[in-house]
Amino acid sequence: MFSSMRMRRFSNRLFIVLATLAFLLALIPLGSILYQTIAEGYTVLNRGFLTEITPPIGGSGGGILNAIEGSVVMVGIASLIGVPIGLFAGAYLSEYPGRIANNLRLVAEVLTGVPSIVTGIVVYVVVVATLHRFSALAGGIALSFMMIPIVAISTHESLKLVPSSIKEGGLALGISRSKTLVYILVSSAKSGIITGIALSVARIMGETAPLLFTALGNQWLMTSIFDPAASMTVLIYEFGTSPYPSAHAFAWGAALILLMLVLGLNVVVRIASRLKPTVPI
Amino acid sequence: MQIQIEKTRARQRARHHDFLHTILIIAAFAVPVIAALSLYALYNGSLDSIQAFGFGFLTGTAWVPNPPNGGPPILGALPAIYGSVVTTLISLIFAVPISLGIALFQSELAPGRLRLPSIFLVELLAAVPSVVYGLWGILFLVPFMSAYIDPGLIGSLSFIPLFEGETNGLGMFTAGVILAIMIIPYGAAVMREVIAAVPRSQREACVALGGTQLETIRMAVIPYASTGIIAAIVLAMGRAIGETMAVTMVIGNVARISPSLFLPSETIPSVIANEFTEVAGNNIYLAALFELGLILFAIAFLMNLIGRVLISKLTFHGGASAHV
Repeated sequence: MFSSMRMRRFSNRLFIVLATLAFLLALIPLGSILYQTIAEGYTVLNRGFLTEITPPIGGSGGGILNAIEGSVVMVGIASLIGVPIGLFAGAYLSEYPGRIANNLRLVAEVLTGVPSIVTGIVVYVVVVATLHRFSALAGGIALSFMMIPIVAISTHESLKLVPSSIKEGGLALGISRSKTLVYILVSSAKSGIITGIALSVARIMGETAPLLFTALGNQWLMTSIFDPAASMTVLIYEFGTSPYPSAHAFAWGAALILLMLVLGLNVVVRIASRLKPTVPI
Repeated sequence: MQIQIEKTRARQRARHHDFLHTILIIAAFAVPVIAALSLYALYNGSLDSIQAFGFGFLTGTAWVPNPPNGGPPILGALPAIYGSVVTTLISLIFAVPISLGIALFQSELAPGRLRLPSIFLVELLAAVPSVVYGLWGILFLVPFMSAYIDPGLIGSLSFIPLFEGETNGLGMFTAGVILAIMIIPYGAAVMREVIAAVPRSQREACVALGGTQLETIRMAVIPYASTGIIAAIVLAMGRAIGETMAVTMVIGNVARISPSLFLPSETIPSVIANEFTEVAGNNIYLAALFELGLILFAIAFLMNLIGRVLISKLTFHGGASAHV
């Protein structure tokens, strides 16, 4: 505090430089990942990459159609289960504030921190061991377990931002609680809720660990949701960790498609909400 | 008396629910049901292993699922626990200062127009899927570390056992580095929200006394936000311990406890990811993997609970609270 003015100014500048460097440092891996994925993945992209099924690891040609199919189907199943339940749970948290809601919110927050591989084991026991088969359904359920707390929290946060005077206005006009919730609260918080759902879809689309022992993988297209399912993420894992350079190129290609979908969704959603930061989940 | 009646009426009104609100209640309880189901499934699945190994599971150093002499499996979790602890510590050494720097840059220093874009870019880093980090890790970072970083560390610091030996890039050090990259965005975001909740009056008081930006942050902001920053570190640690794919792809997957950070090793989630499909009817082996899952669940649950409770206790004067 009592050091000389010059010293104080110097340490202040040093601090500013270091904090700015910390930020710039974080951009290096982002840039490197984007560069590597585009430069390496670009080489395998051709029309067949999106329309043919995967070759055996180390084989040549082929595409990732079955992986795209599996990912889309499982994210679809997860959304069908996870969006309504998460949405309703989030609405509960805002409609019934109090001790129970606080504790439920805490449990939801803690669940978002539970490692996704654990969710995979749990769904293995509950679904795979019960049905005696790996399936797209099991993969979708595992992803929905991850989605529910995320959607619940983001919905709750969006609803909290609606001024209570608006809600009270509705109730004072004699509108029922349900109609107030749907037509006043949810419709005012719509953009935030949709942002939360879209980001949770992007999140689970990139999940691998919960699918390893639930959907397993499939070299072919599946014929029903009770079949084992391929996914872009598991494909990247299996091809990326194999010893064959041709498989590595293939994994980069799949990673490029996956990044385009996941980061694309993030960019669109965040720009639409004018870069407003989201709650860290 | 009057107040009591009012309260009772308010409560009755709050309890009144129609069809939609009944659905809300049912949906809300899906959340604790998932938590309870997870605990039940993991515990139930672990029973065989708990019976066979008891507490020795946590201290056993051998991992022999199928002994060559046909005897019962010998399974100890210590190598995996050791790998998890070491990689998490390495990641925190890098991630804590960088996250704090980013959080301070974004909340205190960045000029108005750069603030939101800078937050957006770090959020994008958080959005990259774990398996893509893993792919980048094994095909780019591992060769990079083995060619440039590891030899330098071995050359200059090999008198410390941590940095001795040979390297091929796979191992705990690279895993720790990739973990750091992955938890930085999350740590920075939580720290930023906590710092943003520090009342303006704190900063103004220090600036009014002639403090520089650094002095304001050191004397007015950090002391106020310290509990929240600790919470952010605990939450980031919970993420690091549970991170699976990227670590599995770069750590080498060998059950070993060695001081050298450059030898192939393993972590709790990497063992589960790697071996779950290789169990093939070996029930005790399967139960041991479940028990690893149970340990992981317990650690992550506890870390997140501590972090979240610390943050929820942060309510500043004037009712401001952290938006986390």
